[in-house]
This record gives sequence, structure tokens and C-alpha cells, in this order.
Amino acid sequence: MGLAVNLELKHTVLCIRLDGELDHHTADLLRSQVEDFLKKNNVNHIVLNLEGLSFMDSSGLGVILGRYKQIKNQNGEMVVCAISPAVKRLFEMSGLFKIIRLEEDEELALQALGVA
Amino acid sequence: MRNEMRIQFSALSQNESFARVTVAAFIAQIDPTVDELTEIKTVVSEAVTNAIIHGYENKANGMVFIEAAIEEDTIHLTIRDEGMGIPDLDQARQPLYTSKPELERSGMGFTIMENFMDKVEVISEPSFGTTIHLTKYLTKNKAMCN
Repeated sequence: MGLAVNLELKHTVLCIRLDGELDHHTADLLRSQVEDFLKKNNVNHIVLNLEGLSFMDSSGLGVILGRYKQIKNQNGEMVVCAISPAVKRLFEMSGLFKIIRLEEDEELALQALGVA
Repeated sequence: MRNEMRIQFSALSQNESFARVTVAAFIAQIDPTVDELTEIKTVVSEAVTNAIIHGYENKANGMVFIEAAIEEDTIHLTIRDEGMGIPDLDQARQPLYTSKPELERSGMGFTIMENFMDKVEVISEPSFGTTIHLTKYLTKNKAMCN
């Protein structure tokens, strides 16, 4: 079981949709795909849709924090949505919700960024 | 009755998934809740990732060893590497501390283990490796005993 990364640009918001398992092994794949996309496109904000994520550990927290810092450096925001109770616990434990906004689904996340 | 299993595998990141799924399949026979199973998979992932990244510094010639035992409602896990060891254990166990920020590590591995397990014991000796003993008591079975 690996990770499928789906990237779509909606206006200037990058929607990252994850399907599968996010661990140390698959975190590298996610980082390189998103970094590559950010280089080639004009992105202001990121929406991270975790609806299809069946497993995540602290390596996932690390790569998400890394992308947050990247978009924050460009004065952008990151919104996370469709998060499972298990992943939510990890976010809470690490204090990630203090800097990353949570919304229920992708539409609400896009609305929060003024794009829907 | 004590029921045990052991596995060992190359310190490769693609084996992290193999490790947590294998341990979860072994544990499944005592009927943990979905939450408990997720917690077990997560801590195995954390400990194995530590062994690969920190113990062996991503050199694939090392081996990671896992022992799992079920004793009534208790799960014992031992995850061991023969890598470089942890120089300062107290520092390593601090939330958000990481010795490898350049690799985008969150520094949450030990904190997650401590949150999801009932007992966490770490034994580490520089250049001999690290052994992590983890214990978890399943709540459902405890409730049934009351």
C-alpha cells in the first residue's frame, strides 16, 4: 500500500489530495511532487485534502509542516480538510492546528481561502 | 498463555509498511479496537522509522528486529536496531526535538509512542544500537474483567 498524490490548481490554490498511507517512505514522494508543482505554477495557498488517507505517522506531520513553511514563506496559507479522527489526534498532539486551519471538506476549505 | 512472533528485515523505508501491517495482523487475533490497532501500527511505524533514519542513517545494510508478544490482554513489542545509538536519550524524547531538521522530521516520534502506549522503555548504547520496549494493555479486555 503506497500513496497516490493528486494535485490540482484551482485559481491560485493548490489542492493536494492524498490517497493511501503517508509515512517516511511515501513522504519523500509527496514532498518532491509538491515542490516540483510549486516551482512550475503560480500558487498562493494550499488545501490539503486527507479524505483518502488511511494511515499517517510523524513523518507525515513533518512533510506537512515543511509544505506549510514553504507556502507561509510566500505569504500564503494552508488549510487542511476531511481529516480522520486518528490523523486529527496526531495534529492535536503536535500543535499543528495552532498554525494550520481545519475545515470539514474541500469546498469549505476553498471558501475559507476565498476561492469557491 | 504467551504467544510470540519475531521478524527481521532490511532497514529500507519500503519495509515500514510491511512492519506495521505484519504486527497489526499478529495483534488482530486478540480483537483490539480499531483505535488500538491504529495506535499499534503508528508506534511500530515510528520506532522502525527511527531505526532506519537515525540508527542506520538510511544505510540499507542494517537489519531491524521486531518481537511481538501477546499475553492475555497485554501486548509487548520490542523494536531493535544495531545502529549508531542515541547519544542523549532525554533530549531525543523531548516533544518536537529532532536531530535531523534538514530531513523535515517532526520530532514527534517518541511523543507519539508515549501517548499511544502504556509503557515505553528505551535502551541505547552509542555504536551498539537502540532497543525500544513498548507495552500496551487493551482496554476492552480490562473492562470485561471488571
